[in-house]
Amino acid sequence: MGAQDAARHALLEVSGLRTGYHRKQVVHGIDFTLQRGEFVCVIGANGCGKTTALKAMLGLLRLFGGSVRVAGRETASMAERELARHFAYIPQVHAPPFPFSVADVVLLGRTPYINRLATVSQRDREVAWEALCLLNIEQLAERTYTRLSGGQQQLVLIARALAQQPDVLVMDEPTASLDFGNQQTVLSRMRGLVDAGRSVLMVTHDPGHAFYCADRVLVMREGRLVADGTPREVITTECMEALYGTRVAVVEVDVAEGVRQSACLPLRCES
Amino acid sequence: MPARAGFREDAVSKRAKELVTPDVAFGKKVPTLVKLVLAGSLAAVVLASFALGRFAVAPADLLGGVYNHFFNPELVGSDLAARKIDSVIFEIRVPRILLVILVGAGLAVAGASYQGMFKNPLVSPDLLGASAGASLGACLGLLFDQPVWAVQLCAFFGGIVAVSAAVGLTRAVRYDPILGLVLGGILVSTLFQSGMSLVKLVADASDKLPLITFWLMGSFASVNNDDLLWSLVPFVVGFALLLLQRWQLNVLSFGDEEARALGVNTRRVRLLVITASTLLTSVSVAVAGIVGWIGLVIPHLARAVVGPNYRVLLPTSLFVGASYLLVVDNIARLATAVEIPIGILTALLGVPFFVFIFRQNMRGWR
Repeated sequence: MGAQDAARHALLEVSGLRTGYHRKQVVHGIDFTLQRGEFVCVIGANGCGKTTALKAMLGLLRLFGGSVRVAGRETASMAERELARHFAYIPQVHAPPFPFSVADVVLLGRTPYINRLATVSQRDREVAWEALCLLNIEQLAERTYTRLSGGQQQLVLIARALAQQPDVLVMDEPTASLDFGNQQTVLSRMRGLVDAGRSVLMVTHDPGHAFYCADRVLVMREGRLVADGTPREVITTECMEALYGTRVAVVEVDVAEGVRQSACLPLRCES
Repeated sequence: MPARAGFREDAVSKRAKELVTPDVAFGKKVPTLVKLVLAGSLAAVVLASFALGRFAVAPADLLGGVYNHFFNPELVGSDLAARKIDSVIFEIRVPRILLVILVGAGLAVAGASYQGMFKNPLVSPDLLGASAGASLGACLGLLFDQPVWAVQLCAFFGGIVAVSAAVGLTRAVRYDPILGLVLGGILVSTLFQSGMSLVKLVADASDKLPLITFWLMGSFASVNNDDLLWSLVPFVVGFALLLLQRWQLNVLSFGDEEARALGVNTRRVRLLVITASTLLTSVSVAVAGIVGWIGLVIPHLARAVVGPNYRVLLPTSLFVGASYLLVVDNIARLATAVEIPIGILTALLGVPFFVFIFRQNMRGWR
């Protein structure tokens, strides 16, 4: 399949995206595509505009220029409701002010499908229930969301996003507030979703996460895309040192018979 | 649309069907018992309110009076006893009971909606300044001898100005959003209360001043069919708008960006909810003066019973608010020889009640 061919079939096509806050442009034109069934990570230093670009894609910020196409359609003309059927946003865990049940929270993912009278249909219930089952957390359904651990809450928010039945799952540093074990749980569940055909775009701080679960990595620097490729191609010692301004070593380890995993280690010595 | 094909894995679907969906957890139904208790208690309180009073109406007389009013108007016109019963039921009790129900339900629903929209379990019409703003508006209306509808209009404008000012102040001081809004509401309330003092200062001490003073304490003693007529439409509009937004209120309580990403036009919903809640608050204030604490206590009580989901919480608040205020109003008019202003009672009952409920609810929060 040629490059042009691939672009024509991409699930998400971002071209020349420029955006920012008020009049200040933060993202100066980025182009990339995301195929169906692909896991793409975006990495970059603080303030490089990766979160800003993500928000613009979700329709939360105005585009200064460029376009976002999802499933072949321009997003600029879509209302919130329609946009929410294409993109699901998985935010960092935070507590709502009221003790909603897990089922309530997941059902909120059906908002873009629910009618004016707020009647929840049997179909809505089934979809929400399936989302819980898909993540193996159906036993949490009747628990109070605000009383769950951070890792469980994050899984519930992922279930809510699945209940939106979106084309693309969008995550902004979903693991930032989770402990080491829960980070891997969330990432491996996300990887499992992608293996089952879903598509994920994730902003992360940790290059290791990209090694752990991404098919492709986008590297952003000062509002521009500076690299786009597989983790092994992109996450190199030179690239990471330039990006984060710290000494690193990218290493590859045998974790089991014939299974090798890569990691990006920060180095302590200044030499 | 092929975009969403492939979401269902057959294995998962199969497993999902094997495990029975828990109906209650998935918002399928409120337990029938809760519904029965809510509707039954309101009906019981309404019946009791018709019967009890300075002029007691026995149940048989009540039925007879209602029958005569609609099917036997000649008798009402000629018979003195029948006319007396008729006027007690239809000129005193009907407007009073209906208005108490509307005000109780209105303040409760407005309070619950404000709490969801501002993601803040501590706000209420009183705290946001809506009550103070509406009071100042209505006071000015009373001062200039305006008719009922104009007083209500003034109250509404006062309320909108106050809520906008409170929200604006919160943004301007950029403090913690939950406490900041409470702070903004307190500042605005203080401002509007001093405005009210000014109105009292210039009001005629022989008739206007006592009228305004007693009205501010909150009372249904002098409501009539005119008040009922003029407030019916704003009440119905307010209830309808808020009940139609109850799903969106759930989403809004997760924050603005998340709500938008979930497909809610937050700007429109916020505008609708603020307008409708303030409408309910101000029409209540215009009818009965300041009846405090309903908008804070009732939503928390309802939340303790049916949980925080607005789909169920909003109708529950409506029923609980109506029944509660009707009970309090009965106490106000029956407990002592001279009627106690209801605003005093709702505060007396509301404060300890709130402390209790809030402690209960807080257990599920953090």
